[in-house]
Amino acid sequence: MSAVEVRGVTRRFGDVVALDDVSLEVGHGELVGLLGPNGAGKSTLLSLVSGQRRPDAGVVRLGGQDPRDPAARTVLGLTPQETGLPATLRVREVVDFVAGHYPVPVPTDELLDQFGLSELGRRQTGSLSGGQKRRLAVALSLVGRPSVVLLDEPTTGLDVSGRTALWDAIRRYHADGGTVLLTSHYLEEVQALAERVVVIDHGKVLADDSLETVLGRVGVRRVLLTDAAGVRQEHLVPDSDAFVRDLVTSGTEFRDLEIRGASLEEAFGQLVSHEATEGAAR
Amino acid sequence: MSETMTTNSTGATRRPVTDAPAGPDGGARTQPFLALTWLHLRYQFLETVRIPIAVLGNVLFPALSMFFFVVPQQGVAGNPLFATTAVAGLGLFAVCSASLFTYGLGVAEDRQLPFYPFLRSLPAGPGPQMVARVLNGGAFSLFGLLPLIIIGWLFTSATLTPGQLLAGIGTILAVSVPFVLLGMGIGYALSAKAALPVVQIILFPLAFAGGLFMPPQMFPGWLDAISQATPTRAGRDLLVQATTGAEAYTLALPVLAGWTILFAVLAVVAYRNDEGRRFR
Repeated sequence: MSAVEVRGVTRRFGDVVALDDVSLEVGHGELVGLLGPNGAGKSTLLSLVSGQRRPDAGVVRLGGQDPRDPAARTVLGLTPQETGLPATLRVREVVDFVAGHYPVPVPTDELLDQFGLSELGRRQTGSLSGGQKRRLAVALSLVGRPSVVLLDEPTTGLDVSGRTALWDAIRRYHADGGTVLLTSHYLEEVQALAERVVVIDHGKVLADDSLETVLGRVGVRRVLLTDAAGVRQEHLVPDSDAFVRDLVTSGTEFRDLEIRGASLEEAFGQLVSHEATEGAAR
Repeated sequence: MSETMTTNSTGATRRPVTDAPAGPDGGARTQPFLALTWLHLRYQFLETVRIPIAVLGNVLFPALSMFFFVVPQQGVAGNPLFATTAVAGLGLFAVCSASLFTYGLGVAEDRQLPFYPFLRSLPAGPGPQMVARVLNGGAFSLFGLLPLIIIGWLFTSATLTPGQLLAGIGTILAVSVPFVLLGMGIGYALSAKAALPVVQIILFPLAFAGGLFMPPQMFPGWLDAISQATPTRAGRDLLVQATTGAEAYTLALPVLAGWTILFAVLAVVAYRNDEGRRFR
């Protein structure tokens, strides 16, 4: 039984098809990054997995159960959007409230301590800084000791140190056996955390594989070299072997040759634009 | 510091629970309904109380009206029947106002909060949240009634037997149902910005035409005819009947029932439309 199972799911909003026959399976203990531009269908997918919406077609399962059944969601944790915290409630009250929904929650003091929020327990959430709100949001997703956590843009708007601290918290949770499905605008974030990457655009899964394979599949390599004039050049090429062969054959002078895998951002841009041109050609 | 690190690195406190408590069918279960309702009631109550002006307005306006318009008029305040009727009218106003504001504005505001979808994803059905909402609305309605009853008791000749008091509170809660439904209809149909003026535009004319501020016996004939078709007038007369024994007009109950059905339909339609619209 998978932690999350999505089978042949389609979801429309009026004329817009947000998800088009999407299938995705996340095993226990996996850390999966969900990647795609705005409006690609990531949030719709998360809302189906968290039982907020019903698919028009297909099956969604959370720990083998329908997530629309509240009982199925006792194993689920997710983050509220940072702007969505009830502004007049105190930090401790919000934690207690969310904790009250779960059978064996983490004691509030312990949780606040883990996320460096102990001093802020009596503060109203409206008075917290953006970083503090983000920390609280991620803390709320873990208060029920969930086995599956959905993180929608967990570190949006954080500075580097804040982001690193939250990444550590997510890694620790995952190291303890937790399953994580996370979306992010920061490709760096997915690259830093995820073992497996699912690329979605226009409601379709474009790629679903290990981080390396997704990078490999699009076959983009970055070739760096310094030419005779001493100028550092950068080439993004589909086949670096052929590129180098040609380079050598051509007799061009170069030094400091360096070949690297493309970043996720480059790989992803390649995937999406590839689909787009294919679509246009049809 | 080292202690914290140890706790974190062993992960003892954050180990995910894979063996959640099993229900009879082997599946996990949510927390008990009553526990969840209590949790949501506490949460909603805190949220309401933290904006004291909303609570104060609800409590103060009927109480001040009592002091300005009823207590100084010896003809009303000194007459047990008139005084009791006046308290009943303002009491109903307090309840209408609390119902329309907490449900109309409250629901509209909640829907706009990004916290709302988060709430819906917690392991609890819609039941506890809705029951808590009704109880929270009821609690604040009773807050509005309390000063009225005390002022009526201390400063006017209004009299109630304990039986009449119970009948009055029972009737007022029953009469509040169509207003709760109307409030929900508004809350699910409109944004918070639009809901506020709409609630005000509906509340005050209805309260005036329904004779909650001044007795409908003072109305000219045409206004009285309109008045008898309003849910506020029907509710007021039923409440006056329960507290003083003065009989309501024959159509009061059918009129109130008719509005209740209409507002129920409105609330359901608004809720359904909202699902399609909100989930974009």
